[in-house]
Amino acid sequence: MVAGCGGSGSGGPVTLNWFIANQPGGSVQEVAKRCTDQSNGQYQIEVQLLPAAASDQREQLVRRLAAKDSTVDLIGMDVIWTAEFANAGWIRPFPSAQANQVTKGVFPSVIKTASFENKVYGAPFNSNTQLLWYRTDLVKKPPTTWDQMIAQAKTLAAAGKPHTILVQGNKYEGFVVWFNALLASAGGQILSGPGTVALQQGPTDKALEVMGSLANSVAAAPDLDTAIEGTGGSQEFETGSAAFMVNYTFAYGSAQADNPAIGKVMGSARYPRVVPNLPSKPPLGGFNIGVGAYSSHPDLDFQAAACIGDAQSELIATKDDGLPPSRPALYSSKIVTDAYPGFAGLVKSSIESAGPRPLSPAYQDVSLAIQDTLHPASSIDPNDVGTTYDDLRSSLQDAVERKGLF
Amino acid sequence: MLCAPAVIAMLLVTAYPIGYAVVLSLQNLDLRFPNETSWAGLSNYGTVLSSSLWWQDVLNTVLIAVISVSVELALGMAIALVMHRAIFGRGIVRTAVLIPYGIVTVVAAYAWQFAFLSADTGFVNPALNIHVNWFSGHWTSLAVIIMAEVWKTTPFMALLLLAGLTTIDDGLYEAAKVDGANAVQRFFRITLPLMKPAILVALLFRTLDAFRIFDNIFIMTRGAQNTESVSILGYNQLISRTNLGLGSAVSVLIFIAVLIIAFVFVRLLGVRMAEGRPGAT
Repeated sequence: MVAGCGGSGSGGPVTLNWFIANQPGGSVQEVAKRCTDQSNGQYQIEVQLLPAAASDQREQLVRRLAAKDSTVDLIGMDVIWTAEFANAGWIRPFPSAQANQVTKGVFPSVIKTASFENKVYGAPFNSNTQLLWYRTDLVKKPPTTWDQMIAQAKTLAAAGKPHTILVQGNKYEGFVVWFNALLASAGGQILSGPGTVALQQGPTDKALEVMGSLANSVAAAPDLDTAIEGTGGSQEFETGSAAFMVNYTFAYGSAQADNPAIGKVMGSARYPRVVPNLPSKPPLGGFNIGVGAYSSHPDLDFQAAACIGDAQSELIATKDDGLPPSRPALYSSKIVTDAYPGFAGLVKSSIESAGPRPLSPAYQDVSLAIQDTLHPASSIDPNDVGTTYDDLRSSLQDAVERKGLF
Repeated sequence: MLCAPAVIAMLLVTAYPIGYAVVLSLQNLDLRFPNETSWAGLSNYGTVLSSSLWWQDVLNTVLIAVISVSVELALGMAIALVMHRAIFGRGIVRTAVLIPYGIVTVVAAYAWQFAFLSADTGFVNPALNIHVNWFSGHWTSLAVIIMAEVWKTTPFMALLLLAGLTTIDDGLYEAAKVDGANAVQRFFRITLPLMKPAILVALLFRTLDAFRIFDNIFIMTRGAQNTESVSILGYNQLISRTNLGLGSAVSVLIFIAVLIIAFVFVRLLGVRMAEGRPGAT
């Protein structure tokens, strides 16, 4: 339940409601407590948990914010919501002093996801990226391209060994993350501006070919079309049925805890390339802390957001939940190198060179258009992606103009 | 005059929201773009009716409604006959049959989803010793959705039919027996004709319900594998895109479709709601 009012005439701490999804390791609650303690009785952060799935989180927030809910003080915003929320007037831009404070020392790629029209709308909390996870007992040298990986999967299949490649193939935001990473790695973009479709033909064709050929080969997991990060992703990998997986960093800790036998032979490598001579652009996830436009005490909100987004809070998220910090300087700290044994540098360089999803107030429409057109991946004919390309282009054009149904 | 309070209450709770939806459907109104609101005339309706997605979803919805209501009618009739004939434990049988109808649809939908999932929670595949990814295919997903729908609402159908059955005078059956009619003849010559009003009322209620199917699909596939219904389409426009103009146009069109279904039942098939009993005809 939302505790309602914020103001307290009696001089006690003001309650700030922080809407964010839970993290199983308890980092959200720990950060809330730390910042409450640090405020010297000025405010008290109360965590209001949102659903686990990103799309459900957004729907709840959008409903509250569109109704001008004054109890929404602090918002754990997925990196793709900033433009939409800012354009709608649902969140406040940070005053310049605080904007400088919360973006100081943060990855430039992450700062972009917290900004809209040159203003900062979020204090970066944790970042996130995907790596290629593979079985070191099955694969000697990790593949550098998707084509190599599919070929290796076929070889393993022929030898009767675990061989599948786990990707996020369900009809949801994760599917868009996959497509965007492939397109960016091939040198293309979905949008070139908030309302302009880019979708360069060459790179898009390459990305669609990878999706179609993976989904229509033995490398595809049986439940590819319904697989998400957990079910059909990390949980599937932990059963030992797969040889490869692209997934976020949480997968490592999860495997160590759930099935150490698999965890021991879990190798990590850079997200695979689409074209051999272009470095890959891994996905970029994470949360920025926004301040609700209808909150009655924005000054305290900004102060609290700065605390939630500071280096120490980020390290709590890494320690408790394996979430990557959004400040490169933290990657040499022991907490980070302990959480990512041997691959902290890989996580850092992946975030540095990530290919973020487009920043657009109409992002939701763009995402639905991609899901409607491309899902399931097995419907893409890798030998003839022309019609899929045309459908996608016209559907995306509708999306940025906000015409048509999705 | 005495019905004025009822009329006012009806106007407040039904006419106002419907009227408001119609007004919204005539505007370009997207909560994410608050400064770009304008009158749209009928263009939202043009967008919906010219969209292949709308027609695909109408087709899906009709398919689900027709199949599930047909199966429910057959099963419901069988259950009604059994309940009618039950000698002992009548109350318990009738209550037990109602249990699925009493379970919240979302909870039932999760139960069906868990049962059919191919990953570790699903028990259907191991029980039948098959390996089907039910939610990866269009027809298999539809099959699970329809089964869940049938499981949940057959009791409702059965109860409505039972109400019709109990109104048939037993003397008719005895007279038919004396005349040498067998059980099949008695069912088709006496039971069915006399139950026609009850059957049509039951079909009307269930068709209207089935056409607005939402929960089962939302939980199990969220419209993936082309299982989207018109209600899911409306939800996506209204709640996910916050495009109130387009979404309201979808809602108004669903409302019109429901009106047409009701009209067809009432006018063409002669359902008489107030006197849905053979004795009254």
